[in-house]
Amino acid sequence: MSIAASVSGFLYRKPRLRLGMLLSAPLLWLGLAYLGALAALFVTAFWHTDTFTGQVVTEWSLDNFATLFRDEVYRTITVRTLGIAVAVTVIDAVIAFPMAFYMAKFASPRAQRVLVIAVMTPLWASYLVKAYSWRVMLSGNGLVGWLFGATPGYGLAATVITLSYLWLPYMILPIYAGLDRLPNSLVEASGDLGGRPWRTFRSVVLPLTFPAIVAGSIFTFSLTLGDYITVKIVGGANQMLGNVVYDNIGAANNLPFAATVATVPVVIMLVYLAAVRRTGALDNL
Amino acid sequence: MRNSRTLRLIAGVMCAGTALAACGTSSTSSSSAGGGAFTPPKLEALSQLGQPEGALNILAWPGYAENGSNDPNVDWVTPFEQATGCKVNVKTFGTSDEAVSLMKTGQYDVISASGDASLRLIAGGDVEPVNTSLVPNYADIYDFLKNKPWNSVNNVSYGVPHGWGANVLTYRTDKVSPAPNSWSTMFDPNSPYKGKVIAYDSPIYIADAALYLMKTKPELGIKNPYALDDKQFQAAVDLLKQQRPLVSEYWSDYLKESQALKNGDAVIGTAWQVTVNLTQSEGAPVQSTLPTEGATGWSDTWMVSAKSPHKTCAYKWLDHIVSPQANAKVAEYFGEAPANPKACSMTADAKHCETYHAGDAAYASQIWYWTTPITQCIDGRTDVKCKDYGEWTRAWTEIKG
Repeated sequence: MSIAASVSGFLYRKPRLRLGMLLSAPLLWLGLAYLGALAALFVTAFWHTDTFTGQVVTEWSLDNFATLFRDEVYRTITVRTLGIAVAVTVIDAVIAFPMAFYMAKFASPRAQRVLVIAVMTPLWASYLVKAYSWRVMLSGNGLVGWLFGATPGYGLAATVITLSYLWLPYMILPIYAGLDRLPNSLVEASGDLGGRPWRTFRSVVLPLTFPAIVAGSIFTFSLTLGDYITVKIVGGANQMLGNVVYDNIGAANNLPFAATVATVPVVIMLVYLAAVRRTGALDNL
Repeated sequence: MRNSRTLRLIAGVMCAGTALAACGTSSTSSSSAGGGAFTPPKLEALSQLGQPEGALNILAWPGYAENGSNDPNVDWVTPFEQATGCKVNVKTFGTSDEAVSLMKTGQYDVISASGDASLRLIAGGDVEPVNTSLVPNYADIYDFLKNKPWNSVNNVSYGVPHGWGANVLTYRTDKVSPAPNSWSTMFDPNSPYKGKVIAYDSPIYIADAALYLMKTKPELGIKNPYALDDKQFQAAVDLLKQQRPLVSEYWSDYLKESQALKNGDAVIGTAWQVTVNLTQSEGAPVQSTLPTEGATGWSDTWMVSAKSPHKTCAYKWLDHIVSPQANAKVAEYFGEAPANPKACSMTADAKHCETYHAGDAAYASQIWYWTTPITQCIDGRTDVKCKDYGEWTRAWTEIKG
């Protein structure tokens, strides 16, 4: 009997070992690379750095968290970041829903495939290329100003526009999937029972696809929450949570405080996910 | 269901942590070394050169180590590679802070450090003393640049002076009139250029405000913009907060700044001469000036990493970069005063050294070179504590809001 055959025979008799081996790689990945990194981040948040040499001093203290809660500027930045994330999510949902609705319910199967590809095409281009294109377009003598006679210039509005553009495909695709699963017979039944289009939409389509919208919002919301590049490129003098983290790592070399600030989006996401779990949206991911 | 329980557990731990933090804590400030009491880690300089190792990783300001990829005519890395066989890999950085954290990775052999980075690198043990007798071109360098507080400790040299210059006031000649000669155009709340001002994105920019206050508010008693006590520091921070609404952008990427100036999204700001040169070369009407209040500036030093496995190549680079030919090219491309007087006869523009006051020690002394702020006031005061760089950094986040 060959070695391979004897090993496979052995594994056949030990289903638990088989399962363990099968799951060990993903579990290692999840445990070490992901949760381990999060744990390391959280531990680092309690240390501090020697401000002159930049060396990390491994003494436990809550000073970083105290600074985070005491200084108004971090509250302002958190609120600003949340505001941008909510705005981007709402804008994306409003734009994405009609597009996804058309794709799922009106387009022919062939057109559907073409449209899905078209929605995904922007994902092939580099993030930086897209963000810098918006920088050029929103510039004082750029395309936006030429077309509409005015441009929002660099600032929060530009940041929201650029991020909404960047994350739109992540909103369209889950909503499309959700609408695709919605049986046409339900819409027809609503019509047969005398429901006008708006009533059908409100009472049948929207409730059934709401989890899909929420699933999309997890992407747009979390991606915006962590972003720091777009706001650097088109955000003018503004900063988001990601910039504070970046500045503390890249500029101030204060890794512990960066870790402290980085826990803010993690906590926000945990709260958001906990709220979202009730809608059943996580089953849609 | 198990997943959600784990999720809740993590959330619980996080909340417990943050709740504890909210309870408050006594702040224990660590004492940091610096000033006269500052003893760098014991590191030995190289005693003799060996065979070139065949590779060199350079960490440099943009424009300091050009290999022809930005402009085929601007290249002093390739001749070095051909002469020494050291294959060069260049990484550029936008701010000194970025440079310091990149150096901590230990992946770079040499760095062009400004004064606000060099002391931190020395104190952190990231760079080692340099045996200047192994750098033949060192002998030619202007004496007034050698063994300065930012490139030596207790008269031990930590590198080779390379060039110096000022952070100049830059403006669009077609949009800004009359031509400015004071930083007030960037700080005055009634400035006609509101929303079109572009400022440098680094905590060290606080020194620019302090320099302005030094001349406009003498009652604050600022003697050195890098030595600020509580009151002086607060005044500088307040000035920058007042400037914040005027600012369209803070720049750390000089190409982004150049683009903003070119498109007219910014019309006045603080810039390096290299940005001005680049923007002019693209056809935008941009000029620079050294305002009457003086300016902050830089005096840069090439330093050798303590962890470098390519020490011989590193020394060869140090010698190459301050050689008359290379020094002339860098000085002219970047727009700064070269450190080697012999470079002055080799610049394409015969008046380059005159324009940049290269050998003028008196002029050089008017520029406030970037220096790391430390608790010990470097202006000599002993009765007060100055704000250290950590506090400058926190204030910078607060200024940007």
